Amino acid sequence: MITCYIEAIGSFFVRFVASAGQFFLFFMSGVKQIFSLPVQTDKILDHIWFIGAKSVFVILLTGLFTGMVLGLQGYYTLVTFGSEAALGTAVSLTLIRELGPVLGAIMITARAGSAMAAEIGVMRMSEQIDALVTMQIDPVRFVFTPRLFAAVLSFPLLTALFDMVGIFGGYLSGSLLLGINEAVYMDRVIHSVKMTDIWGGFFKSIVFAFVVTTICCYRGYYSHENRQGEFGAKGVSLATTNAVVQSCVCVLICDYVITSFLV
Amino acid sequence: MTTPFIQFKNIKKQFGALEVLKGVNLSIAKGQVTVVIGKSGTGKSVLLKHIVGLIHQDSGQLLIQGEPLDGLSKEKSCRFKNKTSYMFQDNALFDFLTVYDNIALPLKETSKIADAALQQKVHARMKQLGIDGIDNKYPSELSGGMRKRVALARALVTDPEVILFDEPTTGLDPIRKKNVHTMIKAYQKQFGFTAVIVSHDIPQIFDLAQHIALLDEGIILFEGSGQDILHSKIPGVQAFIQGKSSMEHE
Repeated sequence: MITCYIEAIGSFFVRFVASAGQFFLFFMSGVKQIFSLPVQTDKILDHIWFIGAKSVFVILLTGLFTGMVLGLQGYYTLVTFGSEAALGTAVSLTLIRELGPVLGAIMITARAGSAMAAEIGVMRMSEQIDALVTMQIDPVRFVFTPRLFAAVLSFPLLTALFDMVGIFGGYLSGSLLLGINEAVYMDRVIHSVKMTDIWGGFFKSIVFAFVVTTICCYRGYYSHENRQGEFGAKGVSLATTNAVVQSCVCVLICDYVITSFLV
Repeated sequence: MTTPFIQFKNIKKQFGALEVLKGVNLSIAKGQVTVVIGKSGTGKSVLLKHIVGLIHQDSGQLLIQGEPLDGLSKEKSCRFKNKTSYMFQDNALFDFLTVYDNIALPLKETSKIADAALQQKVHARMKQLGIDGIDNKYPSELSGGMRKRVALARALVTDPEVILFDEPTTGLDPIRKKNVHTMIKAYQKQFGFTAVIVSHDIPQIFDLAQHIALLDEGIILFEGSGQDILHSKIPGVQAFIQGKSSMEHE
């Protein structure tokens, strides 16, 4: 009985180390290919369009409503202390330091990350990745590197958009709806946000770009190697689910780790 | 005796508890058409995938012109693989790329060919295979036969010295099957490449083959010409060719 437990723990540990190593090698190989020539300009632009431009609408929508809800909640909390004038500070700092990068990354994961995992998973299941190998084309360079490069460029820009729209949302609910003086709100926003806050948010969004893209592409790329032994459509759906769940969890964990170093 | 171009020496491969190849010995001569036949699920595709490095043997040696593939220098290994094309059973065409981009991909990604030359080469192959004028179509818009020809065009566009065909006629009607066989025969004659074909088209494929190997229970049960196999007295060979199952014998 005890040997069974020891075996199970040992097997789990071996599997964990093996997949962590595989993940790290996949990531390093993708990063290395960013610097190899020729630059895959067409593919990078395609993915910037897909990850970046096509996510604008969802980012605008979530950013606006997040800012509006922060305005509402912030107002009713602050008003009990008679410090509703600090709403601009609360909304802008919350968005720029935390919610912008985190919620932005989660929304991009839901929209583009799931698609990456599914697309690469289908390529794996239909032997398109094997076909690349037989053609002497590096599959990691072909499927992962352009997406990684595009994500690293797109995530900070989308985060900036999320922050701006969110601050505007806070203004809508705080000033237009609840009557906080517009000038006070904007003055607090301008004077409380420092460049270190903005750089911190951007740094987080770049880290999230690496995390989300690597997990989603890795899950799709190895969709044929799952422990449940699922193949075909089920293998792809499992890879997509795992990619989204693990990306979101890792974004939140990374956010805590980075924040603990930044504060 | 000349050194075989590709030689399997006691190759063994196991997936979990399933032993697929139990010591395969097979020689493939340069510039010839070698056909591998055998029951479904006996490891014919697994055998083929060893040559392009998609699968690695558990034991045994795969020799390329007498040198072990695993021991080749990176440069030599790349040179061999660059000269080898693989045509997948289900074509493995990129569904998000057009027909033109699919065929052009291996050249575009692995060489510094100019756009004009690339276009000329791709269109020449498309014309030879009777698929010209469908540049902007996607694989999903094509019939099974057309997709096969696109896959063949992609395999031929790099002017390979070795082409590995994994059941190139699966899912085709008898007329198209014959067309594919004729096409392979004609192109093999024209370009002189070494072809290794995994096929179930018995006996039609015997017209095309210069060398036939029968894979059974993880080993090569028979090697020889089309005529030899028809007159082989090895137990199991005639039964396989005539499509008799062991249950019928009982």
